[in-house]
Amino acid sequence: MQALDTLKAEATTAISSAEDASALEKLRVELLGKKGRVTDLLKSLGQLDASERPKAGAEINALKQHLNTLISERKQVLQSAALAEQLANERLDVTLPGRGEQTGSLHPITRTIERMAAFFATLGFDVVEGPEVEDDYHNFEALNIPAHHPARAMHDTFYVDDNHVLRTHTSGVQVRTMERLAPPIRVICPGRVYRCDSDLTHSPMFHQVEGLLVDQNVNFGQLKGIIQQFLASFFEQDDLAVRFRPSYFPFTEPSAEVDIQCVKCAGKGCRICSGTGWLEVMGCGMVHPRVLEMSGIDGEQFPGFAFGMGVERLAMLRYGIGDLRLNFENDLRFLSQFR
Amino acid sequence: MILSESWLREWVNPDLDSDGLAHRLTMAGLEVDAVTALAEGLSGVIVAEIVAAQPHPDADKLKVCSVNTGSDIVQIVCGAPNAEVGLKAPLAQPGDKLPGGVKIKKAKLRGVESQGMLCSAAELTLSEDHDGLLALASDAPIGTDISEYLNLDDRLIEIGLTPNRADCLSVLGVARDLAVVVDLPFNGEASAPVEPKVDDTFPVTVLSPEKCPRYLGRVIRDVDVTRPTPLFMVERLRRSGIRSIDPVVDITNYVMLEIGQPLHAFNLEALEGGIVVREAQPNEALTLLDGQSREMTAGTLMIADEVKPLAMAGIMGGEGSGVDQQTRHLFLEAAFFTPELMAGRARQYGLHTDASHRYERGVDPELPYRAIERATTLLMEWVGGKPGPITDISATEHLPARTGVTLRASAIEAMLGIEVPADEVTRILKGLGFEVVVDSAAQEWCCTAPSWRFDMGLEADLIEEIARIFGYDNIPTLPVQGASQAGVNSEATASLADIRHRLVSRGFNEAITFSFVSPDAQALFDPDWVPVALKNPISSDLAVMRTSLLPGLAGAAAHNIKRQITRVRFFETGLRFLPEANGLTQTPTLALILCGARTPEGWSAESDSVDFYDLKGEIEALLAAAAKPVTFRSAIRAGLHDGQTAEVVLGDSVIGVMGRLHPVAASELDLPDKTFVAELDLAEVLQRAMPDYHDISRYPEVRRDLAVVLDKQVAASAAVDLVKAAAGEYLADVVVFDLYEGEGVAENEKSLAMGLTFRDQSRTLTDEEVSNALAQVIDSLTEKLGARLRH
Repeated sequence: MQALDTLKAEATTAISSAEDASALEKLRVELLGKKGRVTDLLKSLGQLDASERPKAGAEINALKQHLNTLISERKQVLQSAALAEQLANERLDVTLPGRGEQTGSLHPITRTIERMAAFFATLGFDVVEGPEVEDDYHNFEALNIPAHHPARAMHDTFYVDDNHVLRTHTSGVQVRTMERLAPPIRVICPGRVYRCDSDLTHSPMFHQVEGLLVDQNVNFGQLKGIIQQFLASFFEQDDLAVRFRPSYFPFTEPSAEVDIQCVKCAGKGCRICSGTGWLEVMGCGMVHPRVLEMSGIDGEQFPGFAFGMGVERLAMLRYGIGDLRLNFENDLRFLSQFR
Repeated sequence: MILSESWLREWVNPDLDSDGLAHRLTMAGLEVDAVTALAEGLSGVIVAEIVAAQPHPDADKLKVCSVNTGSDIVQIVCGAPNAEVGLKAPLAQPGDKLPGGVKIKKAKLRGVESQGMLCSAAELTLSEDHDGLLALASDAPIGTDISEYLNLDDRLIEIGLTPNRADCLSVLGVARDLAVVVDLPFNGEASAPVEPKVDDTFPVTVLSPEKCPRYLGRVIRDVDVTRPTPLFMVERLRRSGIRSIDPVVDITNYVMLEIGQPLHAFNLEALEGGIVVREAQPNEALTLLDGQSREMTAGTLMIADEVKPLAMAGIMGGEGSGVDQQTRHLFLEAAFFTPELMAGRARQYGLHTDASHRYERGVDPELPYRAIERATTLLMEWVGGKPGPITDISATEHLPARTGVTLRASAIEAMLGIEVPADEVTRILKGLGFEVVVDSAAQEWCCTAPSWRFDMGLEADLIEEIARIFGYDNIPTLPVQGASQAGVNSEATASLADIRHRLVSRGFNEAITFSFVSPDAQALFDPDWVPVALKNPISSDLAVMRTSLLPGLAGAAAHNIKRQITRVRFFETGLRFLPEANGLTQTPTLALILCGARTPEGWSAESDSVDFYDLKGEIEALLAAAAKPVTFRSAIRAGLHDGQTAEVVLGDSVIGVMGRLHPVAASELDLPDKTFVAELDLAEVLQRAMPDYHDISRYPEVRRDLAVVLDKQVAASAAVDLVKAAAGEYLADVVVFDLYEGEGVAENEKSLAMGLTFRDQSRTLTDEEVSNALAQVIDSLTEKLGARLRH
């Protein structure tokens, strides 16, 4: 069966040199197709002696099997090569930037208010809002600041008419909340407030977050507790030193101003804290009995405490922003840093 | 309020350094804003006298002086105009140090040796005064250390007093609090009254007793105003920021600083008939001590005589009746004016004086007695004079009532969260001047507040006093309990934070602009509103309350474009202030502004500008979960492009507007021509539908595309609506996938291609069913919109 050996040799060479899938398929048809050379050999078995037939048949079948294997192996090789080539051709520069919209930014003031609201939400405080053009009663009278009270002079109020002002604090929202709801009350009131003052360290519009808790058995010690916890959480500093200093607000009594250890110099004294080591960050106190009474709450049964803070001040300390006015210029080079 | 530490320590002298003292005051509610050392670093400078002065041989303005140091005569070259023989002045010799640490050395001035330097007040940091040497009193002892002589080893304590603590606007008041804080004995008693030396009185009539419930006056005869004010007094006044005028004025000011009572001394000979305390008469004018004439308004309390006004009560004296060098006889006034009726009065005249500051906050009504005696004593000591008896006009019914308040131990504990020892409570109350009756059995204190406290009507007022003296640091920091009830959140209302974060994810930057804007910018967008105007705006640019957020956002965009940032995507949330017929409404609003490239600049980005549909897409995304159908209706609005503006309609109501800036507005605002803005009612944006869930179909859907030619004026939404109406129940979705105008389509026409998706929940649709539906659609479009199929 020399023909068989020749065919095997020829076919093996042809298969291994097939360049692509179609050449290989053509070869397969030539060799193993219905009219293929191997098929022809099988057909020619009938011409042999009956004694030779089994042996020759077995050899041809072995050849057929061998070529099948070679073809499918070659097919594998060609497929892999084609895939490899495709992948190589499709190679990209992965260092080029991606496509599509960039992420915008939340204003640092909003971001700060959201962090504050999130803290107080864990303690059950709801967020409430109110009017910014406020009547005299809710901005002053109901907060124990009658007309001509010296405290009014400290407020640098914008007037709209004889009976309306731009709110100088968000405390009016607390009054409105007490008028609307029965205790227990837990709310924070974030929002814009206005003072008629504009220089390096004063903006005619700024933001406050004030809080109010009215419930049974509320006391000054708990007020200290909540403020301490809040500030430690806000600055993410568990051992943050916090100091409560007696102060005066017409709507709370006792009242305190709250200082934290300077976050810049850790209390050593620097430019930020004017060398004192302390930074004033909040005001707070027990709600004045007359304020509760005016809003229809029995202060003996339901005492309360309130606190308030300037959002710009805390945001600027938190992020190290040196200039108050940046908050209202809306410069994208500033804003886009707060993604 | 600034006071000298050494003066305070004369009253109460705790074993604390200056910082310690300041800390204790601060922690008791008298916040120390600053402690400033006087002449810090000064050493060696002495009192010296010029005994001879020759002109400098080579300099016109210099003198060569011989100066007596007490132990020696030294040669000093000096250029001061007042360097005359006989002058006593501070002398710094080689090795001495001036405040700030400058060390004095021998020097030659124009060839003549100077063995030191004679000093001005400025060089000792005692004042800004550079004009000449600090002239010391003629009895100043030569050779004495200047620091000792002028008591310069002192610090200035600046206290930022809260408005309720008028009682601490004096050394007496601060000392009283300090004594309680540091638990030291305190003698706040007045000295003995002065025996009258003459019988003279001057009549006093008080016509407004409700405003002036107490008026004390006294004649003092034969004073000598030419005498100098004693050095210690000048220095103490100076350290509290009060300039020395003459000994009489200085003494009244000194008593005010010492114990808190404003006083006024009149030249008795300038007064006619008698003192009349009355309200200002119509058109009455008075020239005050500041040299300015002021027209009095109704309600202002005046000190007058029978002929003319003399002073604005409790604010400032008048020019004509004040004391001067020639004054021989005084009429000394000490009065109590009702704080509530004084409040705001000085400010109304643009004035703020030491007296008005105190009277507005409340001066102890019992203090005039003590003050007039103290001032008399000092006057007799320093300017001589013979006092007459005190005339006392008091209307006790108009004096502040001193009511009793009961303080319960239980209330202290309830409010502070700690039990304060009973003895400590008693000590604090008594120390602060309360009259106290202790009821140990009931654990109560029956208290009457001292006359100098105006803020002590409630138990809470007393608890605050206990707390601040007991020390806030000693009140425990207690854990906070959370709410006992969980909050309720409606799924149908998105939070504002949610909306903001979505916008940030879509590439928007949040802006915060002022709520007040310029009337011009306001009028650009809302010419029909008359905005709420501020009575006292900070500037004309910030004068009216915005009726739209757009002027502010336009300004924010322009700010960045000026800085070469051309792609702007801003949003802002906040109130609009709309003065509507039934009153002002303050509406939470969301506004957007877009300009510049559609996508951020990049290697593969399109450089096309944003257009109407970019903004519309953002609004559709915001309202994707709206509970009612959202439609857009062509509209015309001030400031916006007539052809590219739409009202945003939710259900039946207009909830906002969007569009392109009008070219004129864009150019006026320094913004690109293609700038797009939107403003939406925020409350509506927050509303969303609950998800309306239904099962998804397990059967295949069929898509058929349809291209029709329509009149250009037909809105795409009209075609889509018609498709929805005509396609029958199996239509699942319609999408406009192509819009074509141009070649092949008539000029007044457009081609619209729509993809229709059909589907059924329960079975596969037959070809016939879909074809029938499509035929209905085509018929309907043809019939109602004059459409024809495009082939």
